[in-house]
Order: sequence, then C-alpha cells, then structure tokens
Amino acid sequence: MHFAGLYHQFFSLTFDGVNIGAIYGLIALGYTLVYGVLRLINFAHSEIFMIGTFFALFATRWMGIPATAAPHTGIAVALIFVGAGLVAAAASGTAAVVLERIAYRPLRRRGASRLAALISAIGASLFLQELFAYWQGRDFIPFPRIARKAHLATVLRADVRSDKVIIIVTAVVMMILLDRFVGLTRLGRGIRAVAQDAETAALMGVDIDRVVTTTFLIGGLMAGVAGLLFMLYYENTVFNVGFLPGIKAFTAAVLGGIGNIRGALLGGILLGLLENYGGALFGAQWKDICAFVVLVAVLMFRPTGLLGESLGRARV
Amino acid sequence: MVATEEEALSADVSARVRRLRARAHRRELVRLPLTALGAGWRRADPGGRTRRAWDGLPRPGRWALAAAAVVGIYILPNFHPPVINTPGSDFASVLFFPIGIYVLAALGLNVVVGFAGLLDLGYVAFVAIGAYTMALLGTRVHWNFWVILPFGILFAAVSGLLLGAPTLRLRGDYLAIVTLGFGEIIHNTANNLNSIGGPRGISNIPHPPSINTPFAHLRYVILDPKPYYWLVVTFIILVVLAVRRLERSRVGRAWTAIREDEDAAELMGVPTFKFKLWAFAIGASVGGLAGVLFASKVISITPDNFVFEFSILFLAAVVLGGSGNQAGVILGAVVVGYLPERFRSFESTRYLWFGAVLVVMMIFRPQGLLPAKRREAEMRDTTKPGGAMTGSLGAEVYGEDEFEAEDA
Amino acid sequence: MPDTLLELDHLTMAFGGVVALNDVSLAVPEGAIFALIGPNGAGKTTVFNVVTGVYQPTDGEVRFEGRNLAGLKRHQITALGLARTFQNIRLFAQMTALENVLVGTDTRHRTSVPGAMLHFATHGREEREGRERAMQLLELVGIPHRAEEVSRSLPYGDQRRLEIARALATEPKLLLLDEPAAGFNPAEKAALAELIGRIRDTGYTILLIEHDMGLVMRISDWIAVLDFGEKIAEGLPSQVQNDERVINAYLGVADEQQTAP
Repeated sequence: MHFAGLYHQFFSLTFDGVNIGAIYGLIALGYTLVYGVLRLINFAHSEIFMIGTFFALFATRWMGIPATAAPHTGIAVALIFVGAGLVAAAASGTAAVVLERIAYRPLRRRGASRLAALISAIGASLFLQELFAYWQGRDFIPFPRIARKAHLATVLRADVRSDKVIIIVTAVVMMILLDRFVGLTRLGRGIRAVAQDAETAALMGVDIDRVVTTTFLIGGLMAGVAGLLFMLYYENTVFNVGFLPGIKAFTAAVLGGIGNIRGALLGGILLGLLENYGGALFGAQWKDICAFVVLVAVLMFRPTGLLGESLGRARV
Repeated sequence: MVATEEEALSADVSARVRRLRARAHRRELVRLPLTALGAGWRRADPGGRTRRAWDGLPRPGRWALAAAAVVGIYILPNFHPPVINTPGSDFASVLFFPIGIYVLAALGLNVVVGFAGLLDLGYVAFVAIGAYTMALLGTRVHWNFWVILPFGILFAAVSGLLLGAPTLRLRGDYLAIVTLGFGEIIHNTANNLNSIGGPRGISNIPHPPSINTPFAHLRYVILDPKPYYWLVVTFIILVVLAVRRLERSRVGRAWTAIREDEDAAELMGVPTFKFKLWAFAIGASVGGLAGVLFASKVISITPDNFVFEFSILFLAAVVLGGSGNQAGVILGAVVVGYLPERFRSFESTRYLWFGAVLVVMMIFRPQGLLPAKRREAEMRDTTKPGGAMTGSLGAEVYGEDEFEAEDA
Repeated sequence: MPDTLLELDHLTMAFGGVVALNDVSLAVPEGAIFALIGPNGAGKTTVFNVVTGVYQPTDGEVRFEGRNLAGLKRHQITALGLARTFQNIRLFAQMTALENVLVGTDTRHRTSVPGAMLHFATHGREEREGRERAMQLLELVGIPHRAEEVSRSLPYGDQRRLEIARALATEPKLLLLDEPAAGFNPAEKAALAELIGRIRDTGYTILLIEHDMGLVMRISDWIAVLDFGEKIAEGLPSQVQNDERVINAYLGVADEQQTAP
C-alpha cells in the first residue's frame, strides 16, 4: 500500500475525484429518479449515457470538426460546447423516453413483476450496447479537443485545469436546476408524489404516464450532459463505455440514498474520491474494484444510503 | 353572449373528443395485429401442450420415454445429424461446450432464480471459482481431477455462503446489483492478481485420468470431446435428479412459499433466510462444478472466460426456458448455447438478439418457453405490490408496510 | 386458575409520529377464546403484528408463556407456538390447499436440506406424517375435498378455512384469528363459530379479532376493547356489551356517518 503516494498527491487526487465524481453524480440522477418513481433499476441507463457520448461526438462532426482538429478559442468554444451539449442531451433524453415506451411501459400495463422488469432492463441494455457496436464498431473512437486544457492554477499541488473546472461547474449547475425543477414545478411535484405513493397520486389526478415519461426524460438529459463532459475529459468513446460508469453511478446513487437527488451528487463525488484514493493506495489497476467494494459494502451495511432514501421527503 | 360561449365551449369539447377518439383508434390499429399474434401464440401454447402430453402418459410410459431420451443423449455425439449439425465447429465439441456447460450452469442458476426467486447477476463468479480451483490445484499441486472436483465445488459453495449471508436480506433488486458487483470483483481480481496468472490466466491444466467403463475406455485428451461430453451429461443427470428431490420435499415447498409471499411464509414458521442461503449455496456449488469441468477440458483459462456477459447468458437461458422448470431451463440453455454455433454468421450479433429476445420475452411471455406450472401466473401476478411498476399503480409496499394498510 | 399464555405488558407501538398502540396491557389465559374488538383503526391488527414479531414494540413487553418475545425472528415466534391468519387472506396462491397446509406442518419437521436430497429416513417418514396430519386438518375445517385444488381458485369461505388449517398445522398453542368471519353469511358464521369452539375444545387457545358482535358475544369467554390504540374496556361479554365507553366508541363513529352529507 502506497501511503506516501496518497499523502503527496492528496489534493490532486481530491480534485480529480470531485471531477470524475461530478460526472458520476449526473449519471446517478437518472438511476435515482427512475428508482424513486418506479422502484426499477434502469439497467439500460448506462447505455443512455453512452448514447450521449456518441452524439456529442456526432455533434462535433456535424459542426465540421474532425477528431484531429486543433482546439478552438474564444466564443467558438462556448458555442461548440453548448451545441454539442444540447445534441447529446436531446439524444439521450429521446433514447430514454423511447426506452421507457418499448421496454418498460408494456410491462407496467401488464402488471409484470419486478423481476421481469429488471430482466427487460438488462435485455434493453444489452441490445443498445450491441446496436452501437454493430453501427460504430468495437474500437475506441476519438473526440476532438474543443478547447485547450489550460492549466489555470496549482492549488496545493492539484492541477486546476480548465476542463475539470468546466465539468464540475456544469454538473453543479445542472444539479441545481434539477433540484429547483423537482422542488418548485408542478411536474416536479408530480414526480415526488408518485415516488411517495403512486396510487394516491393517481387518485389525486396526477398523470402517472406523464410523470414517468418526464422522469426518464430528465434522467436522460442529465446523462447526455454527462456524456459530453465525459468526452471533454477522456476524449474518446466506445460501444460499451457505459458499463463501468453506469455501475459506479448506480453505486453513487445508492451511496447517497436512492431516490435522493442531492444524495446522487454527494454519492458521486464521494465515490470519485474513494476511487482515486484507493487507486493511489493500492495501485491503479484496483481502482475499479474500489467502486465495486464500496457498492457491496454500502448495500450490506447501509442500504438506505448516507442521506436516506427519499424523493423529496423521508418515507416512514 | 352566453349562448355563443356555450357553443364555443361545446365545439372545443367535441373537437377534443374527436381527437381523443382518433388517437384511440390509431392505437387500436397498432395493438390489434400484435394482440392477434399474441393470441395465436397463446392458443398454440406449445409449452402447455408439452406439459399436458407429459402429464397424460402413465408412469411406465414416462420412464420409457426418459430412458430412451437418456440413451439418445449419450449416443448423440457419434452422429453428425444433418439439420442440427453445426457448420464451422465440431458438433461433438459444441455439445460439451457451450451447450453442456451452459446447461449445467443454467440448472444451478435455476435453483437460485427459479426456485428461491433470487436474482443473481454475477453467477459466472462461481463458475470462475471452480475453474480457477481446478487450474491452480491442477498445475501447482498436481492433484488428480477427481480429488480437485469436490474442492472446486466446496470453494464455490463457500463463496456462495460468504456472499449470501450478509446480502440475502436485501430486497430483490439490490441483491441483484450486489451479485453483479461480486461478479465484477472476482473478474477484476483474477485479472489483477499476477500470482494466479493475471490477464494471461493459467495453462496446462491437467485432464481427468482415463477411466475404464463397461462401454468404452475413456481417454480424456484435448482432441476428443466425447468423454468430456459424457462426463458432463452424467453430472447433469445427477444434478437434475438431486434438485428434483429437493423440489418435492419440504425444501421445495419452502422455496415456493418464499417466492409467493415471503412474509407469510416466515409467519408460518419457514426459516426463510436459511432456505434462501441454501439455494444460493446449491446454485454456487453447481456453478463451481461446471467451472471445474470446463477448465479441465479447455486446459487454459483466462479471466476473459468469465466476464459479465456470461452471467447474462445464463440468466437468459433460465428465463427463456422457463425459470423454475428444469426441463425448460435445459431447453433454454441448449437454445442459448446452440444457436450462435449453428448460425455462425449470427455470432457477432448474438448479444444483440439476446437483448432483444429478453425484452420481448418479458413483455409477452415472462414465464418462459416451458414454464413451471406455478410460474405462469406468478410472473403475471397483478396483485403483488411494487410502486408504479406493477398492476394498476399499487402504492409501494414491501415487507412490513403491507401490514399497515387497512388496520382493524 | 389457568395459566396466562400471552401477556401484553404496557405495550406501546409508534410509527414515526403515529401512535398505533398506547400502553396496552392484557392477559390471555390458556384455553380461552379471547376476543379483541374495537372500531376500525383501533390497532387490533397492530397487536397481532407486534405479537407475531412483524414489528418490534416501541415500549413495553410481549410475553408468551412467560418468555419475552423481543428480538425474536418471526419464524422463531411461530416455532414457540403462535400462529395466525390474516385479515386480507394471505395464502400461497399457486400452491394447492394441501401444499399450503404442508408448509405449516413442515415447521415441526427436522429434515434438513441434505436429508431431503439424499432421502434420509426422516424425509420419507415426515412427508407421510405431514400429509396425514394435513388431511386431518383439512377435514377438521371442512374442506378435505379441496386438497388438490390450487388455493387461488377456492371459494372465499374455503380460503378462510384453509388459512385456519394452515395455521393449525404449525401446532400452535395460541391461535390468532384476524377477522375470520369477514364476508361470511349467517350460516357460514354459525359454522365458523362451531369450528372455533371445536378447536378450542381440542386444546388450543384463541385470540380473535372480529367485527361481528353476535359472533363475538356468542363464543368469547373474555373481551378486550380497543379504541384509538388504547384499551378502553375489558370483561365478560355481558359486561362489555353494556359498557358505556364501548357503546360510545362504536356509536361515536356511527354519529359522524349520520351527519355526513
């Protein structure tokens, strides 16, 4: 175990942990919302994220930017960023809604068991993955560098780089927007109502189908943005890019408290930190296992998560 | 003023009514052919027909049929049957792996998923443990296959217990994810630990020693799959018989009761945790068995032999075939193992089809091709609680909340 | 003086802010038919749930044969000798009537998993004995002809009887019946009353939740009345019937119903 390494790089690891954790948190939102409303683990959400990464890539191509292009500067950066972000979010959101229609709604209509729903989710996940493998091949596909990764500052030996700052800021902004939406809008209230008591919500006139669709849509939008941010950082994607981040994001959602929006971000950041520290302590190849061990540990010892399960309020 | 407002109002209302009607009509146009297809399938009901035919046979008839089937299965690799032959790979070899091994694994997973109703998404981990036991004990300590076999089963069973003990009290979907995590931990560890081969795995795993049987002298070598095939078939038969006995005993009843209504079962005195753990351990043991057999045939294993996709394949075999029904599960595993070999061109899109088939099956026939008598209604049960996911949007209740509802 | 079989000692049960049971004490003597009555929402089923281990009490104790039940798992409590039926029938829907009862008889069997797989002697013997006893119980409750029918498809009345048979199969000392006569017509209620009497005469103690006053008055040895989670009266049927607090508790509800629009 390399304690020295952990000590020396502590703030660097922390900053990077928050960075990747922000991305996990955004993906985790999709899991946590859908679980809160439907009690379903949307296994295919990892592919929704993957679709986001691909469409961020396609957006750059449509804007005429090849993978080898030099980074842009000035206002062009913002335009490309927002443009790709909108495309990715739209694609992921749409995919999520379509997924719900095809793979889950028929099961809801038939009153299927949760086991059946979970299996359908797995099937959908597999299908989407392989679809993109078929369409785009199984190799890694590079993403152009939109902006220079400028070194902004060194804080306590941590490399505060421009892209990492953008990622963290974007994630936090999206999170705040979502929090406002769920807390203040009518549709948001509907989501919370259905999460607490679907039957009563239906009796009170809440359109369940609409709530479910909105939930999937929002989760998809968040995953799409996460996809763009992921591409900014890693600069490539592949058909099964969603698998690991998906599991980690789900871990984050459970860690923070499934159904809890703030918990998703908290869980994501915490997981990012744990992963980085673990990788420094044990060696980089054990990084992924850290996430799994955290997952297993949380589910065994504190399945309600850190902030407790809730979508709005604690359920007795 | 009022009159025109009313007129405007009713015009608006009738316009909306017309639009709603049109939308409903359009939906019907889509739904009708699908329903007809479904109805046709339901009426044909091959699964039910098979079951009724089997139930109709008298006892000796069933024994005769079973005996004939067993004989047929044993002599199968000696033929290269025209239609079902597998171009591109040796038929007898395919019969052992993937088909034989898949059947064994599916039977084990069936105990966990089909009988106890626990979703395990990391089953391949148990196969890996069995295989690595065979590999390590075979190459490092040079023990005989038959000595290693019980150890492989034991280690897999123990890991099942270790995994199950703290996690079986979790609710279903969480358990699924924990098992997934466990499967990944095993795979990652195998990849990272150079002491057990790392990414390159282990080679030169010994074959089982030759056996003299009344029928033939069996030499286990890499080029001849038949003795391995007969070995795996023998084990399959043993597992089927053993599990069948369990099914028809208090154990099977306990499992069914747990599946149907775990809380009521516990209140009726069923020690639910103990039986769930047993199911897990038995399933893990069978998985370990499959792993040991697999390793000794292929003589070289790597971590990539035990990736997550296999857990899904096994699950697909169980779900497709009819979870809870051993005959169905065997059929499912045969389909899952055989089809990609038969249609080799299909191989690259194999998982694509599996994914689609899983979704479609869950929508139209969640009980599988040859469902167990009970499962049919169970999988379609609208009275079980579960949030907006089940029935007519029943409010979410699980565990103790159920008792709170209408208090007397 | 018969022994006290079940004792609730200042039992309080709170769910978050809702106090379902507030300082309830009562003692069920051995061999009695003890009825628990009260308006809807009074907490009667909660008493059952706490006694059978579904909930752990917030305060107070539940003692069975002098032994504190706190911390015991539900199946352990059943093994001690408490069995129940449910207000909303909870049979194992896809199992046959006989199989449902067999799950109950299995409680007293010692065959292990390896024993079942390898067909140890205990397995064969216990299966036979279990089946015999199960059939006897089905006869006792009057539905032996339904043995091989899937319980889901049984008529309502037979399902209720089956639940009783299943509970009896666990060889309890105390049988808790939660509204066993719900949905019965008068003839069925009379038959049920006779059945409960027979069960008691065989040696069981019965704790009964029931809304039908006629039935309760007819068969109970002793009655406790709950309202809003508190015990408001207790005594012989004749005493309770004329107790003003009891009448108010029930009539109070009726009054509201009359004035509602």
